[in-house]
Amino acid sequence: MSKHIRVDPILCDGFGQCAELLPELIELDEWGYPIVSDAPIPASLEAHARRAVVLCPRLALAVERRRAPQLIGARR
Amino acid sequence: MSAVAVRETRLAAEPRLLSSSRSDGPLPTLSSAFAREQLLAEIEASGLTGRGGAGFPTATKLRAVARGSAPVVVANGTEGEPASSKDKALLAADPQLVIDGAVTAARLVGAEEVFLTAGRADGRVLAALELAVADRRDRDGGIALRIVAAPDRFVAGEESALVNFLNGGPAKPTVDRPFERGVHDRATLVQNVETLANVALIARHGADWFRRLGTAQEPGSALVTVLGAVRAPGVGEIELGTTLREVLTGFGGMAAMPQAFLVGGYFGTWVAARDAVDLPFTNESLRPLGASLGARTLIVLPQDACGLAETARVVRYLARESAGQCGSCFFGLPAIATAFETLVSGGTDAPKALERLARLVPQVEGRGACAHPTGATRLVASALRVFAQEIDRHRAGSCCGPHHPPVLPIPDTDHDHEWS
Repeated sequence: MSKHIRVDPILCDGFGQCAELLPELIELDEWGYPIVSDAPIPASLEAHARRAVVLCPRLALAVERRRAPQLIGARR
Repeated sequence: MSAVAVRETRLAAEPRLLSSSRSDGPLPTLSSAFAREQLLAEIEASGLTGRGGAGFPTATKLRAVARGSAPVVVANGTEGEPASSKDKALLAADPQLVIDGAVTAARLVGAEEVFLTAGRADGRVLAALELAVADRRDRDGGIALRIVAAPDRFVAGEESALVNFLNGGPAKPTVDRPFERGVHDRATLVQNVETLANVALIARHGADWFRRLGTAQEPGSALVTVLGAVRAPGVGEIELGTTLREVLTGFGGMAAMPQAFLVGGYFGTWVAARDAVDLPFTNESLRPLGASLGARTLIVLPQDACGLAETARVVRYLARESAGQCGSCFFGLPAIATAFETLVSGGTDAPKALERLARLVPQVEGRGACAHPTGATRLVASALRVFAQEIDRHRAGSCCGPHHPPVLPIPDTDHDHEWS
């Protein structure tokens, strides 16, 4: 299972705090809106990611859990 | 857009949707779960996909909404795409068939409420719907039919935007998906009116009949709007898989080999005419050119028109039509429109404008809550590809089509800028 940052582009108002708190995964476009990497959040950054989510003034960020796709019937 | 001519083309071996000679038997009542499952299986076997632009398998959508409690059906006839008139033509010519499909879909998913939607400016369509609903009286059991006129905005027909409007909000997209949470927060089936018309036909005639036209992967007929440099522009019914050349022949043919086609509406793709003219009109055949059927419009650009100028006008229109909810769209599309206009006016600023577009497009593509910014960037990227030689000409200060009147229709939205 992996965790990923997700932004709701409608709620987002381009405050930009997320990019300061998590520059490894979030950079800002030329208008100040976050470009969010789809890469899994490494364990070392999980606390930073949670802080970015909580501190977003619009609550536009979320941490999404993704289960790795299971191979059906793969039992040898 | 004023009434567009409807052609009874010779292309569909048996016209179905725009046929004056079709006979309609009764609709199945679908009173048992078994009967509903049988029809769902039939629609699945037919291979019917959405005729609204996204091309999603209809049976899958029906099954998803049927899982909800007290679902709602929305027949989407808003057709906010300026280049498209097929839904208006269908609703004006045969509203009963569309309503038959909506009612059948309602019975399949267990809905008791059906919304029949069209754009506010479509007086003829709304009148046709009013008459049709009045004619049905108590034919449809416990199913309530409601006609709703939606704002005439480009994105108002996006399914979550339409649901937002039906819920009393603006006709702007949301992140909620209607099949999960839609009108009154209930599971909502939003289906294009042509798709619903096909549901009614399949309910009466079956999957095998439906598959008699079209290809194995893309069965059925399709309504298309053909505009630009053809002798008889308008709306017609074709068999999927017909080549573009044959389709254009059905619309009176072309005087000369055109420059390019815009396939799939204003979220669509420019293709060089010579590359595409003998391809079948299917998603599968157009995919190698980066194109898809989309809104099922085909616009023919003649040799003496300027594809860059046409694209610039459309991109500026798309920028105006942003719902303004997502920063990358709200800021990005006007920036792209400006850069494109600079490219068109040529001269020494043109190379910088091209670089600017190369930086802007990836920043805007895919970053909205809906497909609006992605559709615009797709159009821009295809224009830069197909009209590359024209870009060089503009940079050198000339153009192959400086005085051609506009080919791509742009609505005048100055007087109608509301969202609610």
